[in-house]
Amino acid sequence: MEQEFVKPTEAQLKARRKRSVAIALALIAFVIVVYVGSLAKFGPALFDRAM
Amino acid sequence: MALVDQEHMKEAGYRLSEATPGDFIALLKPRVMSLVVFTAFVGMAMAPATPNPLLALIAIAAIAVGAGASGALNMWYDADIDAVMSRTKGRPVPSGRVTPGEALAFGLVLSALSVGVLGLMANWVAGALLAFTIFFYAVIYTMWLKRSTPQNIVIGGAAGALPPVVGWAAVTGTVSVESLILFLIIFLWTPPHFWALALFKSADYERAGIPMLPNVAGHAATKKQIFIYALLLAASGLLPVWAGFASLAYGAVAAALGVGFVWYSWRVLQMPESDQAMKPAKALFGYSLLYLFVLFTALLADRLAASLGFGFGS
Repeated sequence: MEQEFVKPTEAQLKARRKRSVAIALALIAFVIVVYVGSLAKFGPALFDRAM
Repeated sequence: MALVDQEHMKEAGYRLSEATPGDFIALLKPRVMSLVVFTAFVGMAMAPATPNPLLALIAIAAIAVGAGASGALNMWYDADIDAVMSRTKGRPVPSGRVTPGEALAFGLVLSALSVGVLGLMANWVAGALLAFTIFFYAVIYTMWLKRSTPQNIVIGGAAGALPPVVGWAAVTGTVSVESLILFLIIFLWTPPHFWALALFKSADYERAGIPMLPNVAGHAATKKQIFIYALLLAASGLLPVWAGFASLAYGAVAAALGVGFVWYSWRVLQMPESDQAMKPAKALFGYSLLYLFVLFTALLADRLAASLGFGFGS
């Protein structure tokens, strides 16, 4: 199968970089929301479990 | 550097995206989102319980993202008509910066995440209500009513009126008369707000083939309907006092705002058919935004005053 490389333009690379940063920030924010939210919802009981 | 088959390159859908995060934020309709956040917050603040501030903040964020997700789904489905309307042709999908598939995936993922987070962090009554709101806006309004009936924004307005009910439910786990009164106020506010816009943008809606009331029933009938809804809205603004969850001070503010709304609607009713500038309709549209913001701020201030012991009696 004949293949060839596609070279993204500078604008496409820049946009992709920005999207990657935004996705990373959104993921970090989501993890923090779930972690902190769980602590707030369950309180100290969250850690009260059999080892 | 992307490696692709030549066959794939020939497909019309192949492209390297230049969409920025800003384009995806635009898909969330931030201005609509801000109104949703505000009304949902008032719904939470009016509820007879004090939520954990952190969980309340997360609930508000989930409601905001849910509203944004429904906006993205709306822009995915409506890209064809958005492209022919001056007000919407610059949106990310019709302008080609974001593909319809990207908008759809974005909307669906955010819908699932927002409902899940609200359900887990607040309760599943609120989560279910948010899911229903997204479904109602994206499917009932966008896919069905908007293109098929001039009553589109009357029935579809229910989606925009639900955020305070979701906010109330996030705190109490229930739907009550009080939250339904907040729903009713926004529900009755929606038709005159959008019909005022539809009057001076009727050429746009005509071009897009959307059966808005001015295009189907004519301007005269629309103006009468606006006036009737203005009267109902002004009366509904007083219901919080009647139901006992707002003071007479709020009632005075609501009455004054309601008189203003009726006055602006009266001016629209008096607007001659030959009026091309339609300044009264534009003035009503602007006032309607102010009305809702000030009315809900008054409710919020009233609740705050009551909780600080400065109640003015109800």
